[in-house]
Amino acid sequence: MSDARASTSKPVSQNKAIWQQFRQHKGALFGLIVLTILAIAVLLGPYLWIPEKLGVAQAIKLKNQGPSLRFPLGTDQLGRDMLSRMMLAGRISLSVGFVAMIIAIVFGTFVGVLAGYFKRLDGPLMRLTDMFLALPLIPLLLVLVMLFRDRVAGLIGPELGAFSLIVFAIGITSWMQAARIVRGEVLALKEREFVLAARSIGTVPRRIILRHILPNVISPVMVAATLGIAEAIITESVLSFLGLGFPPDFPTWGRLLYDGLTYMQIYPERVIWPGVAISLTVLSVNYIGDGVRDALDPRIRGR
Amino acid sequence: MLTFTLRRLLLAIPTLLVISLVIFLLVDLAPGSPMSEIPLTVPPEVRQRMIAAMGADQPVFVRYFLWLRQFFWVEPATLFDGWFGTNLAGDEQRILSWQSRSPVFTIIGQRVPQTLTVIGTAYLIGILIAVPIGIYSAYRQYSWFDQAGTLFAMIGFSVPTFFSGTLFIIIFAVWLGWFPTKYDTTLTVTDWQSFVKQMQQMALPVMTLGLANAAAISRYMRSSMLENMGQDYVRTARAKGMSERTVVLKHVLRNSMIPVVTVIALGIPSIFGGAIITENLFGVNGIGAALIGAIHANDIPMVQTLAFIFAILIVIFNLIADVLYGLLDPRIRYE
Amino acid sequence: MKFKTALLGAAAAFAFAPAAFAERGTDGELKLTFPQATSILNPYLSDGTKDLLAASMIVEPLVGFDNNGALIAKLVTEIPTVANGGISEDLTTITYKLLPDLKWSDGTAVTADDVVFTYQYCTDPAGGCAQLTKFDGISSVEAVDAATVKITFAAAKPNPFAAFAGNQSPVLQKAQFAACMGAAAPTCTDQNFGPIGTGPFRVTAFTVNDTVSMEANPEYRDPAKPAFATATIKGGGDAEGSARAVMQTGEFDYAWNTQIPPDSQTAMNVDGKGQFVVAFGSLVERIEVNMTDPSADLAEGERSTAAHPHPVLSDMNVRKALSMAIDRQILVEVGYGAGGNATCNLVPAPALYTSDNTGCIAQDMEGAKALLETAGWVDSDADGIREKDGKKLTILYQTTVNPIRQDFQALIKDWWTELGVEVELKAIDPSVFFGGDAGSPDTFEKFYADVEMYANNFNGTDPETYLAQYACDKAPKPETQWQGQNINRFCDPAYDAMVAELSSTRDEPKRAELAKKLNDMLTKDSMVIIPLVHRGTLSAHSNALGGVLINAWDSELWNVADWVRVK
Repeated sequence: MSDARASTSKPVSQNKAIWQQFRQHKGALFGLIVLTILAIAVLLGPYLWIPEKLGVAQAIKLKNQGPSLRFPLGTDQLGRDMLSRMMLAGRISLSVGFVAMIIAIVFGTFVGVLAGYFKRLDGPLMRLTDMFLALPLIPLLLVLVMLFRDRVAGLIGPELGAFSLIVFAIGITSWMQAARIVRGEVLALKEREFVLAARSIGTVPRRIILRHILPNVISPVMVAATLGIAEAIITESVLSFLGLGFPPDFPTWGRLLYDGLTYMQIYPERVIWPGVAISLTVLSVNYIGDGVRDALDPRIRGR
Repeated sequence: MLTFTLRRLLLAIPTLLVISLVIFLLVDLAPGSPMSEIPLTVPPEVRQRMIAAMGADQPVFVRYFLWLRQFFWVEPATLFDGWFGTNLAGDEQRILSWQSRSPVFTIIGQRVPQTLTVIGTAYLIGILIAVPIGIYSAYRQYSWFDQAGTLFAMIGFSVPTFFSGTLFIIIFAVWLGWFPTKYDTTLTVTDWQSFVKQMQQMALPVMTLGLANAAAISRYMRSSMLENMGQDYVRTARAKGMSERTVVLKHVLRNSMIPVVTVIALGIPSIFGGAIITENLFGVNGIGAALIGAIHANDIPMVQTLAFIFAILIVIFNLIADVLYGLLDPRIRYE
Repeated sequence: MKFKTALLGAAAAFAFAPAAFAERGTDGELKLTFPQATSILNPYLSDGTKDLLAASMIVEPLVGFDNNGALIAKLVTEIPTVANGGISEDLTTITYKLLPDLKWSDGTAVTADDVVFTYQYCTDPAGGCAQLTKFDGISSVEAVDAATVKITFAAAKPNPFAAFAGNQSPVLQKAQFAACMGAAAPTCTDQNFGPIGTGPFRVTAFTVNDTVSMEANPEYRDPAKPAFATATIKGGGDAEGSARAVMQTGEFDYAWNTQIPPDSQTAMNVDGKGQFVVAFGSLVERIEVNMTDPSADLAEGERSTAAHPHPVLSDMNVRKALSMAIDRQILVEVGYGAGGNATCNLVPAPALYTSDNTGCIAQDMEGAKALLETAGWVDSDADGIREKDGKKLTILYQTTVNPIRQDFQALIKDWWTELGVEVELKAIDPSVFFGGDAGSPDTFEKFYADVEMYANNFNGTDPETYLAQYACDKAPKPETQWQGQNINRFCDPAYDAMVAELSSTRDEPKRAELAKKLNDMLTKDSMVIIPLVHRGTLSAHSNALGGVLINAWDSELWNVADWVRVK
């Protein structure tokens, strides 16, 4: 408080230190690179790799081809180029995965912290969590889509409408685990000495939560986030499978995986490509999470 | 702690009532009708009569209160009658499934054993694998063991069960011919031979589910251990000259259990809920398969009853988790 | 294709003929697997094939249909005809004589009273019987004596073989079901789960939606049959898994409904453990065209009703061009392989009723484009989409979630895009699409889309009621809670008149001629219905199982009593 100069320059150096620590984490760097490559591939790829325009009759003759120069990842059961489908699918899957995960984590952490920290809110919020955990998922999604699809599509167009609805549906059905985990941690944290100390000098709850509690729950939240991405990508495929997701001519990784299942024995590459893409995404997010956690921990950072 | 538990249990009753109403309205509002599996060759008039015969044309609140009465009075009374030969229930209607026209609880009774043996075993094996992996991975962070564990966990988590299950079928049943692909629910274990058979048919579903469970739990275990490894009390304990074993397994582990307990407690009701996809894939006639079948057939009494039992279990196990928090960390107080 | 089926059947029968002299119960266990599990064993309370098939091993009708669709006597001495006096001259009564010494599986005698009871059971207004239409037009069923049943119709009935014919209307035992009439029907769990029958097997245990366990019926009328001592039906999983369990791992003898992609069929055939068999009934995968305007701009209650004709698809030339642009052979090749044939007919079988309409089989993209040009649908703003009078050729194309249907959607979208039509696709969960919930916008009856694709068929061999579905007054509308089978809202007084004529015609060739005309009016004359593929049911049986004769007109398991283990 007395030294204004120090308090303004401090955050800069802290961010730098965090970044330096992050860079030292080999796994995290690897994860960041892979994820960037994946993101670039799905964003720019469709502009660079334009599959040949084939008539239906021609394409059918080229169905189920293995990888070749002409079709780097082979073709599917209708003779469509798998590479371009994978890239288009990645756009949807990655964005759905990240956005839905962020919604679930932010909301879940918010509820968890409130419930853990404020005793009065604990009961009602946790009962709400119980209710969401108990609701059968498929009828819930069916109802959501039935009630809102046309309205949302009317407001922002069918594609963006489908996207927001899916992301919302996945988010609303997957925040509970994060909420319960965070609450459990907060219950323990708020009785720890440093929180008691902060409280005893009259720190307001908002500040205690932001400065002292949140940084300490980051680690389980990171795990939940990593697992959340994979779950969101898979849930999206289940939604498509039920006809609640994107229109059927929009490929997603989950759907490609599901479609390829029938052909797993004869054309294993049909499931390998989407499977590897999903695994790589999850793996790199996990390593990035590890790196971020280490970087944020001042005890490790010093070492 | 006892008063806390009692108060929570009492509070659970109104909570559950509200949940049951929400579930009922939700399931009722969902599009679809119990006639969706009846072929198109049956004309609309006949469909209407079939719906009327099920009582599905009654207003939603009439059906809800009937269900409440059946669930909280007729079914327990029937159970009591079955034990003591009384006649409390009289000839009151039990909760009947629309799909099979048989009492919902009879179906659940048939299915719980399969679910508990298969899904329960998978869960137990998942925990038994995951906890040591998580502990050791954290203790030797970034060792080759940790890296391998991470890879295993991430693959286990990112491949959905419909994929890993099919893969296992192709490898272990089609190519190697070790295990059957379909679970024989009529098999009863009487001797060594039938026991071996039972183990064989459980192998594939247990592997599929165990992999998925172990992956998630080991991640939480590892991260929570890591969090605690850097704490001051660990340094103090080491400085005091405690053995590594005591430090890690007694102090760090105990303090790291809170998120893991949460995850495990959240998972236990889902054992009962069954693993919908896995059960369906291997033909294990458990609760999960019943639930998905009932949802597809819009069998509202069945969906409602299963979802509600599920809700009861969730409330109970979350309460157990809360009690365990207090035991693991005495500083947590609820009063 | 019937020829092929017959050949397969003949080959099977021939190859396994020597084994047919087995005694009852000497061949051990027969294991069947269904991708959908059996829920109930009383066919009167369910019309799901999974339930009907399982029940057909236990309870039997008076007469059935063989694999060629011909009538065969099951529980009666002979098929009643006008010639043998079983059917009255004025076609208002039919009299069946039960086999002498016929016994239920509990050892009691089967009498005419049981038949009369079954009629009363199904027609009880409070019972919610699924097979009610089988008893349409019957004024009474009476027991003349213990072994003679007389059915009287209110009016002349040219085809009296609906009641007690085929696996959908078997005879139930009066003694067992007497307490299950009307509103009590659903509560009789024990009866519905273990009906006493005359079939080759009887139930020993039944777990709902999972396994039916059966043993040979000791009272079965042929003392040498069935060859198997026990039978189990395991349900659940998917078509893939069922096919695999027969064709690759050999765990099961027979799998019903193994509809998998042609490539997978070929791959599974390689293992040599079993073979696929296919039965062609009347199932046709088709695109139905909405004749009314489904636009979301219309008020609810106005959408997809006769008040607003479709702005684009009311033009016959557009419908015709849409059909011409489709290559049905490719669809078959991609989706069904041996399990399907390209067709232009709504009624694809039996042969007597099938119109010789094959004009649509060959794709004619140029012809389709030319047709649209001359009809005034031209792409004037060069965006690739044709328009006329300011209306764009834009189509919302919906169907259920199903991998083959999604492939069809993708292919047809390609063709229609080439034609200059903008296509938006939609796939809906089948339980919603076919659910008939008046509150949902996604049911096939509501038809809030321009075209929709699904498959439908008719029971038995007579298409009269099937064709009558397209009469004007059968259109789904808000006033009828969207109930109705005239999905397209097709309305043509000439069609209605011909349907009426068909129902009053008795002469078989004349009926066939009318049926063909009606079929053509819906398909090639108006293209309100765009038929795509005549689908068969694909099943698989192990090479160790002999005697399988696949049947599209009755239960597939119609001759399960004759099945044997091939050593």
